[in-house]
Amino acid sequence: MVNRKIVGAHYGLMDWLAQRTTAVLMALYLLVMSIALLSGVGSSYQRWHDFMSFGWVRFASFVFIVSLCWHVWVGVRDIWMDYVQSTGLKLTLHVLTLAVLVGYAGLATQIIWRL
Amino acid sequence: MKTRNLQFKIYRYDPDKDQKPYMQDIAVEVDSTDRKLLDALVKLKAVDDSIAFRRSCREGVCGSDALNINGRNGLACLTDISNFPEGKPIMLRPLPGLPIIRDLIVDMTQFFKQYHSIKPYLINNDPPPERERLQSPEDREELNGLYECILCACCSTACPSFWWNLDKFVGPAGLLAAYRFIADTRDQATNERLDNLEDPYRLFRCHTIMNCVDVCPKGLNPTKAIGKIKDMMVSRMV
Repeated sequence: MVNRKIVGAHYGLMDWLAQRTTAVLMALYLLVMSIALLSGVGSSYQRWHDFMSFGWVRFASFVFIVSLCWHVWVGVRDIWMDYVQSTGLKLTLHVLTLAVLVGYAGLATQIIWRL
Repeated sequence: MKTRNLQFKIYRYDPDKDQKPYMQDIAVEVDSTDRKLLDALVKLKAVDDSIAFRRSCREGVCGSDALNINGRNGLACLTDISNFPEGKPIMLRPLPGLPIIRDLIVDMTQFFKQYHSIKPYLINNDPPPERERLQSPEDREELNGLYECILCACCSTACPSFWWNLDKFVGPAGLLAAYRFIADTRDQATNERLDNLEDPYRLFRCHTIMNCVDVCPKGLNPTKAIGKIKDMMVSRMV
């Protein structure tokens, strides 16, 4: 491959938009959870368990976890793009970040849904 | 006539003579007719004629005397001497992030390459009218705050994203100019211009830290222009 600087990947907008959308979704989830906790759902394990077993809470928690991981992916990838110059190292870091985040998403969903 | 002694610490580096850069202590006496930093620099040149810096119009129009003054980018010809505290040396360095040619002179090639990459000219394939392509006053209003850029590079060289990805990120000055043509109702290449910028490096390295707005000697707002480009991309997509 010739050593030329190439740009024009045409995907920046999607990630930029995703980062903002996931931030809004996470803020909404945290707001709902804060209200729930203030209203006393965390006062006993049974109440907490019942609350977390609602279908909509499971749905919202899953959306939150996916949003968090997607948000982190865009942010961490930005750091690699800013500071890592070697293409090979950058690709390796991208793959590792994705693997870790997919693993975390699966594990977190499993833990939350098991409550 | 009231005089004042100004102490300077100036970045010196002549690749033909110096092994590495160093800061030179030098003082110059200015009087009440010397109002701007550029006046002091011109007097400094009389004290030590080996100091190299760029200057031309001396009134904030040409943008050639952009420097890093006490850690902040600005134009020497627009910086008031009276604002410098007494007894503290004034630190003068070249604009950060660009290769040094000599002393306070930087190599602007990459900066202008990025500027040229956004095609900074009107693209309109219609036959030219007899006199001029007219705009409504409202459409013309859109260009205010965009066309005034003097390409001094204060903004781009204050941007960490530009330092890290000089060869890929267009930078605030280039993006401000890009929006100047995207916003121009006479331009017919809006889609091509947006395509040209839709890239994780060219536009989206901007993390909205607003250093560019903070240092712009003309009071322009590249961050706002960058935000408008992103808005246009979103409205084009959804």
